[in-house]
Amino acid sequence: MSQAFRVPGHGRVDPARTVSFTFDGRRFQGQAGDTLASALLANGHHLMGRSFKYHRPRGAVSAGSDEPNALVAVGSGPALQTPNLRATQVELYEGLTAVSQNRFPSLKFDLGAVNTLAAPLLPAGFYYKTFMWPRSFWDRVYEPVIRRAAGLGVAPTAPDPDHYAFQYAHCDVLVAGAGPAGLAAALAAGRAGARVILAEETAEAGGSLLSDRTSRIDGRPAALWVADILAELAGLPNVRVLTRCTAFNYGPHNMVALNQRLSDHLADPAPDMPRERLWQVRAQEVVLAAGALERPLVFEGNDRPGVMLASAARTYLNRYGVACGRRAVIVTADDSAYRVALDLHAAGVTVAAIADLRPAPDSALVRAAQEAGLTVLPGTTVQRAHGGTRVHGVELARLLPDGSVGKGRHWRADLVLMSGGYTPSVHLFSQSRGKLVFDAELGVYVPGEPAERTRSAGACRGVYALACVLADGAAAGVAAAGAAGFAADAPAWTVDAADEPGRGGYAGALPRRGKGLLAMAFVDFQNDVTAKDVKLAVREGFQSIEHIKRYTTTGMATDQGKMSNVNALGIAADALGRPVEKVGLTTFRPPFTPVTFGAFASHARGDLFDPDRRTPIDPWARAQGAVFEDVGLWRRARYFPRGSEDMEAAVRRECLAVRGGVGIFDASTLGKIEVVGPDAATFMNRMYVNAWTKLGVGRCRYGLMCRENGFVYDDGVVGRIAQDRFHVTTTTGGAPGVLALMEDYLQTEWPELDVWLTSTTEEWAVIALQGPSARAVLAPLVDGLDISAEALPHMSLAEGTIGGVPMRLFRVSFTGELGFEINVPARHGRAVWQAIWDAGQGVGITPYGTETMHVLRAEKGYIIVGQETDGTATPDDAGCGWAVSKAKADFVGKRSLALPAMQAPDRKQLVGLLTEAAWEVLEEGAQLVARPDEAIPMRVLGHVTSSYFSATLGRSIALAMVSGGRARVGETLYVPMEGRTIAVTVTKPVFYDVEGARLNV
Amino acid sequence: MLLIRCPYCGERSEIEFANGGEAHIARPADPMSRTDEEWAQYLYMRDNPKGLIAERWRHAHGCNRFFNALRDTRTDRFVMTYEMGRPRPEIDAATAAEAAR
Ligand SMILES: [Zn+2]
Repeated sequence: MSQAFRVPGHGRVDPARTVSFTFDGRRFQGQAGDTLASALLANGHHLMGRSFKYHRPRGAVSAGSDEPNALVAVGSGPALQTPNLRATQVELYEGLTAVSQNRFPSLKFDLGAVNTLAAPLLPAGFYYKTFMWPRSFWDRVYEPVIRRAAGLGVAPTAPDPDHYAFQYAHCDVLVAGAGPAGLAAALAAGRAGARVILAEETAEAGGSLLSDRTSRIDGRPAALWVADILAELAGLPNVRVLTRCTAFNYGPHNMVALNQRLSDHLADPAPDMPRERLWQVRAQEVVLAAGALERPLVFEGNDRPGVMLASAARTYLNRYGVACGRRAVIVTADDSAYRVALDLHAAGVTVAAIADLRPAPDSALVRAAQEAGLTVLPGTTVQRAHGGTRVHGVELARLLPDGSVGKGRHWRADLVLMSGGYTPSVHLFSQSRGKLVFDAELGVYVPGEPAERTRSAGACRGVYALACVLADGAAAGVAAAGAAGFAADAPAWTVDAADEPGRGGYAGALPRRGKGLLAMAFVDFQNDVTAKDVKLAVREGFQSIEHIKRYTTTGMATDQGKMSNVNALGIAADALGRPVEKVGLTTFRPPFTPVTFGAFASHARGDLFDPDRRTPIDPWARAQGAVFEDVGLWRRARYFPRGSEDMEAAVRRECLAVRGGVGIFDASTLGKIEVVGPDAATFMNRMYVNAWTKLGVGRCRYGLMCRENGFVYDDGVVGRIAQDRFHVTTTTGGAPGVLALMEDYLQTEWPELDVWLTSTTEEWAVIALQGPSARAVLAPLVDGLDISAEALPHMSLAEGTIGGVPMRLFRVSFTGELGFEINVPARHGRAVWQAIWDAGQGVGITPYGTETMHVLRAEKGYIIVGQETDGTATPDDAGCGWAVSKAKADFVGKRSLALPAMQAPDRKQLVGLLTEAAWEVLEEGAQLVARPDEAIPMRVLGHVTSSYFSATLGRSIALAMVSGGRARVGETLYVPMEGRTIAVTVTKPVFYDVEGARLNV
Repeated sequence: MLLIRCPYCGERSEIEFANGGEAHIARPADPMSRTDEEWAQYLYMRDNPKGLIAERWRHAHGCNRFFNALRDTRTDRFVMTYEMGRPRPEIDAATAAEAAR
């Protein structure tokens, strides 16, 4: 009985191309052009999912992106399955595999459905109320059970194998939605020469016209008119039509995000094809032509499979050639459902009755239905739908003049269609911060004053009749093009359509007879929110619609109020005894429909997640087997293991090699700024705490920089290259911030200073050569430059060449040993490194990484900004008070350092710590207290900032920031750890060569 | 994403810029002559208005120049941008109302 509900001669699917697919393991057949939902319905299969909370059997209620029920997972395998797709949007392809969600063990027989019996225990606010029970109850009982029972699909467990594209675009006019209004707008603007992007959510442009078999435009069937317009648009080079492309976010200044799905509809996409593309479109002008969504009616059992929106049945019939049932009952408050009835009737579906909530419906359409012999029941409501996994009947009842409901009568039906009128899709307009206004005649919110350069056209602003929609769209296109600077004429078409849809409508729960029903009358199908829940929320004191939304969860998550909003509002207004427009409206949040994480991440994953900065020496270090670490965006060699060495062993060997011979270290990542100009020294005096005027050319000085608040911001050695030129170095991570801070003062506070700042970080490769043998290795290489202790003492610099390569040679040390930092143009870095490496072979030159660098400097008590300091340390706190000039009248931070709090004796100060056991290495970040039996909450005196095992000293060392620390030298403090306490002795922070004899050689 | 007009480069995307906090707060010429209270006022106290704010921006990924902007903090609408050193422009009521819209 394959595709028994397919209607020959109807729909836009290809009858010649049959497509096989599986749903929950069962094989089905559909036609090319089907969605998963239309193909299942063609096979008479309505049951597509289980509901979120009660596990109610559910079928497709709509035919588009507003579908709340038919959520499926498509694909197979741990990485390739995509959950939470709407079957109404999933395009069919050969071999498609889909499974339903939220059911156990099977869709037809679901154990979770027992939740329905427990419904009285799961009212609105259930989760919040449960939170107030004993906490342990929540952890052990409720959460595990609820997590398994409630929920949507399952996230893939393996990395996403697909790739995703990203594109910025600019246009004069962006049109969101390619229904009749959008097509007319795009054509009007396109003909005027404006650059137009037309984005359409579905696979095919045309919108409602693709489901319309009766309207004629300029004498042509509507669908052929669509083809004409698309052909003309295709011929305009300034117009781009994007299908399968959803405008989902309307950001500030007309930046609209589009999500284009490129390969999901293909059985066998090319391997290099991106799966989706995220567009960020900056539009001069925007036309919103998002259409309107039909509202369901709220009555008992309105969620039974086979209960659908009337417009959906029309779409399935006319666009996909599928009859959703054999015998239909239609319940409506709007004329549009009569067109559906006539179409179904003409296609051979029995329309048993049309129950109209309005007391005396009368229009050409109503009369046409009566003339066709259809039973029209005015002033009639539906009491409930009967059925389990499929509806099999409804109870219809008269609405009596006094407002009550008369005796019901049972009508047999396998299809129940509901039409509560239309709700304009104002999501994007609302996201753009446009104001919504209540249209009392239509009973819905429509766009009012826009906040952006945008305009709405057609059904999304409550214009429904086709002739008006086309004219409205054309006018919007003309207006948008005109505002973007293109004079346009509005195209005009003659429309032959008698339909006047959308003038009626109903908001809220349908009237009912007696009590006891409405427990399972759904307002929000996706979140399983019933009319009773909304009423309960009001009864429990919630007045604001935003609070009601959060308490009941109506309109939350992916629904974003598409289907539920107006009905929830109607029920709340009724319960509050206030008119709808006084209740307010909840916020429409992006995205309009869900977007995959892959699309948002696009190329920014794996190696492309962040830029990877590498030094010129990096390939050499890799070849040597270095282990790397990330420092900011830089990749730095951490240590160079030999053989089977672990980090600890490698670092010990590297440390001893530097202290005993010579080590070579890649310091290229140091930030470098060239400060040049007649006022360079004045500028340096103001930016740094040190004094610079008297620093001679060819000399270096340790520079310390504070922010205006007096706290240490950065440090580094500064060399004076010439009277008007400083070579400033910064920490590896601090370079951009230091340059920005310098620019800030230079541009905004002292524009009169004649100084130029240039970032030179990447211009120089820096090779640190450290250890007692450093001079012996370097001297033969520097082309005759005298680097003796007399000619080039500690903290001096010389310019020269090394192997013919221009060089700035700094005699500086971050290890406490005789040391040089060789700066050469980056492109020569690798060659110079190699030359030094070769020259050092005779004395056992050893490459070392950042870990050894850290240990060596800690042995000398040299701070690392950001490790010893944390943004609350003054220069004096960090043991660098000696660097602060007393003579200067002003520098950045000076006034703050004079504040009393900055000189309090109990400030945390840099000290050293020694453990009793030489082998014991403290944990960095460990806290320090005064007594071994300190009671909780402990009074913390400070914390460990750096801690290592020192191979040089044969014991552990640590640096710490301790309250009043310098006065505590010699004291014993305690480090409380898990299960034990470690005693430490406070020392001065320099552990090795205190007098600096090794530097001055 | 906001569109911001750099006075030197023209309109560019927000991601090219860094916000530099409230504008027209001059560093005192002689900080040491200020009382602690005056200094704290300069250092820490900011207006944080609901409405028009004059603030500094830096075209960090462009010309790297600082400039000032008038922006409505409620709507993120920019009324104008202008060079450093110029006084805060006077804005008429209609322009302010448009920015607040
Ligand atoms: Zn610029």
